[in-house]
Amino acid sequence: MSLLIEKPEAGTPATRRRRSSVNIPLTLLAAVLSLTVLIPLYFTIVTALKSSDQLGGNGLALPTSIHLENFSNAWKLTNFPNALLISGIVTVAAVILTILTNSLVAYAIARNMHRPFFKALYYFFIAALFVPFPIIMLPVTKEMAVLGLDNPVGLFLLYTVYGLSFNVLVYTAFIKSIPAELEEASVMDGASTWTTFWKVIFPILTPINATVGILTCLWAWNDFLLPLVILSDPTTRTLPLVQYVFQGQFNTDYTTAFASYLMAMAPLLLIYIFAQRWVISGVMRGSIK
Amino acid sequence: MTTTANKPRTTAGLQRRRPSRANKTFYWMVVPALVLFVILHTVPTVTGMFYSFTDYAGYGEWDFVGLSNYVNLFKDDRIMASYGFTFLFAITTTIVVNVGALFIAILLNSKIKYQTAFRGIFFIPNILSVLIVGYVFNYLLSNNLPLIGQALGIDWLSTSILANPDLAWLGIVGVTAWQSIAFSVIIYLAGLQTVPEELYEAAGLDGASPWRQFRSITFPMIAGYFTINMVLALKGLLQAFDQIVALTNGGPGTSTESVAMVIYRGGFQGGEYGYQMANSVVYLVVIVVLSLLQMRFLSRKESELQ
Repeated sequence: MSLLIEKPEAGTPATRRRRSSVNIPLTLLAAVLSLTVLIPLYFTIVTALKSSDQLGGNGLALPTSIHLENFSNAWKLTNFPNALLISGIVTVAAVILTILTNSLVAYAIARNMHRPFFKALYYFFIAALFVPFPIIMLPVTKEMAVLGLDNPVGLFLLYTVYGLSFNVLVYTAFIKSIPAELEEASVMDGASTWTTFWKVIFPILTPINATVGILTCLWAWNDFLLPLVILSDPTTRTLPLVQYVFQGQFNTDYTTAFASYLMAMAPLLLIYIFAQRWVISGVMRGSIK
Repeated sequence: MTTTANKPRTTAGLQRRRPSRANKTFYWMVVPALVLFVILHTVPTVTGMFYSFTDYAGYGEWDFVGLSNYVNLFKDDRIMASYGFTFLFAITTTIVVNVGALFIAILLNSKIKYQTAFRGIFFIPNILSVLIVGYVFNYLLSNNLPLIGQALGIDWLSTSILANPDLAWLGIVGVTAWQSIAFSVIIYLAGLQTVPEELYEAAGLDGASPWRQFRSITFPMIAGYFTINMVLALKGLLQAFDQIVALTNGGPGTSTESVAMVIYRGGFQGGEYGYQMANSVVYLVVIVVLSLLQMRFLSRKESELQ
């Protein structure tokens, strides 16, 4: 396991040294293929800047005049600051709570796998990976309403609990590769298991914490079905949910709709542009478990 | 490898020296999470299964109806059609995603310029909301693609494919693949980096063609990643909901209704709570059986390759 995890970092310098010649035709092919990603993005941006009578044609033309009022209209119609705040709170809370609790659970399981209780627990959590959300969708909606959790608090709790299955898998694989001698030293110094976890293990988990954090962030920010069924109060709608309601009410006002889509995508897109390398290596690490 | 081999000895040593009180700490670490998990995941799963044997509408009174929900499911054309659509969609998209992603990952792993920038671009679809991507493509497919079709004189492209009961599913496949490829590319790239460069050098000296190198080196070496991608993709795609809501909302008619959508509509809006729970149980069994079969089949293939 440890061998696999170190591979990408160890492999990169070696491959770079041998990369003497650059393949120009393949670079061009990559450039052409990347247009399939960039053109829809470009299209979203220019449409958001146009007025309705500039729509039409192939849609790729630059706007003849910039219409920023699309954004202010979308801002007001979707109550954007409110949705942004709700999405932000749910995402940040889900990420923090997930990292703090899921790593702890995985640590206890990984270090006690020889005990039947922890082994059973491991398989119990992993088995839940196979349960598709639509199956629990109806009962959990009722249950959350009964518990008074049909709100953003219930929502981030659900992300934390539902992420457990996959995260335990990723964390335990990594924790097993940490030599137990590290903790022994700390225990010998008289540290409790709690202290040992927070002071010794948790800092070592940083790369996996980053992976879990990134994946949880993408999930909580972009998810649509869970907020759709859980949130009962219209003033607590998340960004994707707002787009859904907006689309239903103003389905012909395309330029405002595109401004609204762009505003909903922008926060994560901007963070991604600056932290791109980091995000990709984080996701890659998650797949090498 | 060495750490795994040493593990039993060191862990046992740790346990012997640790007082029994420390073990209680481990229970405190997992029990709160376990309780929450049972309340929010296991209880809904089990109550759902329970209600699948009743005629509960989601409100009011209910009676036990035995297996009649399950029997009725198989006579229900709309349910059967939703399974047909979901399979057709999920299998087609899984194949498209994996072939496309493998191709792009190999391209991005080869000696191209601006490698990191290209990787960054190809991952963008994965950070966008499925629903919003669906809305953007809905507009493109119903307003811009027909214009291209008309200009080229292609009949079936001249009107919106999303409004055509026979073609709408292809639109959903295309948009979903556009987005799902991003994640699979990253997993394949992680796999490709575990292949030692020396193997290609040796194969190159022996005069092996690129296709031969792919078949004999690349694919066998990343077979495990192929399995992960196939299982994850199929499982995820069988649950499709967001993109369909945004692209066709199940239409035209009910031609693109996925199972998840039928459960949502029947359960929340149609007063078919008990009936849709029976549908959910069948759906769960289908997903579990398919995932296990796929894993067995693919891991057997994997060991044949190595």
